[in-house]
Amino acid sequence: MVSPSATSEAAALAIAPPRRRSSAFLRSLRRNPLGIAGLSIIVLVALVAIFAPLISPYGPTEQVARRLLEPSPEYILGTDEFGRDILSRVIYGSRISLYVGLVSVSLALIVGGTLGMAAGYFGGTTDTLLMRLVDIIFAIPSLVLAIVIAGLLGPSLTNAMIAIGIVYAPIYARLVRGEVLAVRNQLYVESARATGVGHLGMIARHILPNITAPLIIQTTLMLSTAILAEAALSFLGLGTQPPEPSWGTMLGSGRRYMELTPWVAVAPGIAIVITVLGFNLLGDGLRDALDPRLRGSE
Amino acid sequence: MSRYLLQRLVLVIPTLIGTSLIVFVLLRLLPGDIVDILFGGDPQVNQQTLDQIRESMGLNKPFLLQYGEWVGGLLRGEAGVSMRTGLSVSESIVRSMPVTMQLAIMAILFACLAAIPMGVLSAVRRNGVTDLITRLVGLIGLSFPAFWLATMFLLISSTVFRWVPPLKWVAPWEDLGRNMQIMIVPALLLGLQPMAVIMRMTRASMLEVLGQDYIRTAYAKGLRDRAVLAGHALQNAFIPVLTVIGVQFGALMGGSVIIEQIFSLPGVAFFLLSGIYNRDYPVVQSTVLFLSLIFILVNLAVDLLYGYVDPRIRYG
Repeated sequence: MVSPSATSEAAALAIAPPRRRSSAFLRSLRRNPLGIAGLSIIVLVALVAIFAPLISPYGPTEQVARRLLEPSPEYILGTDEFGRDILSRVIYGSRISLYVGLVSVSLALIVGGTLGMAAGYFGGTTDTLLMRLVDIIFAIPSLVLAIVIAGLLGPSLTNAMIAIGIVYAPIYARLVRGEVLAVRNQLYVESARATGVGHLGMIARHILPNITAPLIIQTTLMLSTAILAEAALSFLGLGTQPPEPSWGTMLGSGRRYMELTPWVAVAPGIAIVITVLGFNLLGDGLRDALDPRLRGSE
Repeated sequence: MSRYLLQRLVLVIPTLIGTSLIVFVLLRLLPGDIVDILFGGDPQVNQQTLDQIRESMGLNKPFLLQYGEWVGGLLRGEAGVSMRTGLSVSESIVRSMPVTMQLAIMAILFACLAAIPMGVLSAVRRNGVTDLITRLVGLIGLSFPAFWLATMFLLISSTVFRWVPPLKWVAPWEDLGRNMQIMIVPALLLGLQPMAVIMRMTRASMLEVLGQDYIRTAYAKGLRDRAVLAGHALQNAFIPVLTVIGVQFGALMGGSVIIEQIFSLPGVAFFLLSGIYNRDYPVVQSTVLFLSLIFILVNLAVDLLYGYVDPRIRYG
């Protein structure tokens, strides 16, 4: 008879290796000051986004004062062309940027990752056809394609996210395919197949866990690309629509008043730079921490 | 080499056909056409009139026929006429493309000239001050949106220096000096992000190569730093850098759409964007296809350069 404590010990043993792996990863990340800086920035931006209603002095779309007021103690970053508080809009803008990043990158990951998995795992004609399709999409400059899709779907936040997700899906398809090809013929995959593991079980339990590191790195860097892409689309008027406080939209509309009131265009730009820099720093840090090739050479 | 060249050239054709199909289908799958845009909100226009207009514009023809007419026209060098303005799309592309191309080429040149020496230096002096500075420059280049920097540049130049870029674009073959006055800043700003990407790739690739045995051998046989770097390391590290340069060229064409808008340059941006707003199929599909063609040709050139840099690829 197995005592409850023995079971929990067995359970503890079973989960021990991943825990050790993750702590090694954390140690490695801790040695990387730039990565930590990136993580701190993102945590900060995320906190700002979550607690936006608490920290922002006014509502993001609320007309609170005269238009285009200079920065003052009352309106720290001044007011915009409709008399809205710019600080509050920048704070709420973090929500849109993070939301766009998460949704569009998840879309790219799911669509592209599934295609890449199918191509790499099944090989043969599936592989050839899917990768030809990916090659063709790659032949269209991605931002041009995103502009076309977002413009034709009709300018809105959702459509911008769809456009960004579609355009970046092929990157995941290529990445996942390459990684799957690398692990597909490993001994542990073969032995799992010999014990009768089906396709789905194989992918979920044996292949996916072994290709997560490059996916995590790519996803972090992709978040910064997606946030920049949304800002660019909104700047062109093809993304988030007024009065929603997207940083790109604020920049695009503030540009017209900029010579009189420079603060209208400065603040949202700095917000974009800080957030994107955070993801880039974290991506670099994760690469150093997770990529064994680089870790070995340190 | 000629067989390699031929194989690569032949591959361009199916890619182009695929691209044209995707763009064509995408335009027609997405909701709305030019008739909706022009007359959609007008209560005086009834369905019958709308259908007549579609009929006269050829929008009611079967898709396959429309595709055939478009591609047939392209093969004769005719990209159709704009449904909105009635102007020849080919002529508009020929008029606006030099601006976009000049911008992209200048930007990629700036990027490479700055990025490759910086990346090499950063790898050679790994973990030193130079390395730290170049890595920071790389991260900044990646994180600053070009459209914001462009906005800030215009702001500072106009308020502080009372300087605004000349309004009328001049072709480089008409007045090179004036052309440079207009183009140099947009190209520099556009080149910043590719510069960061190319620099980071050069650094990573150089680091990998510098750890190889043959580099140690080269040092062991008494070669100087410069000879090892130029003769052995750089050449071997160059393939991934070339790939990135090719990919970045595509990113530049998207980025230039935005930079052109900010600096009011008469490139493809305005033409393409107004085409998109109006659902002007001939304009959008031909412009996107043309941009893709250039991107494909740039990557073809990159492929051919692989063979030049690495003889193994030529014979493989």
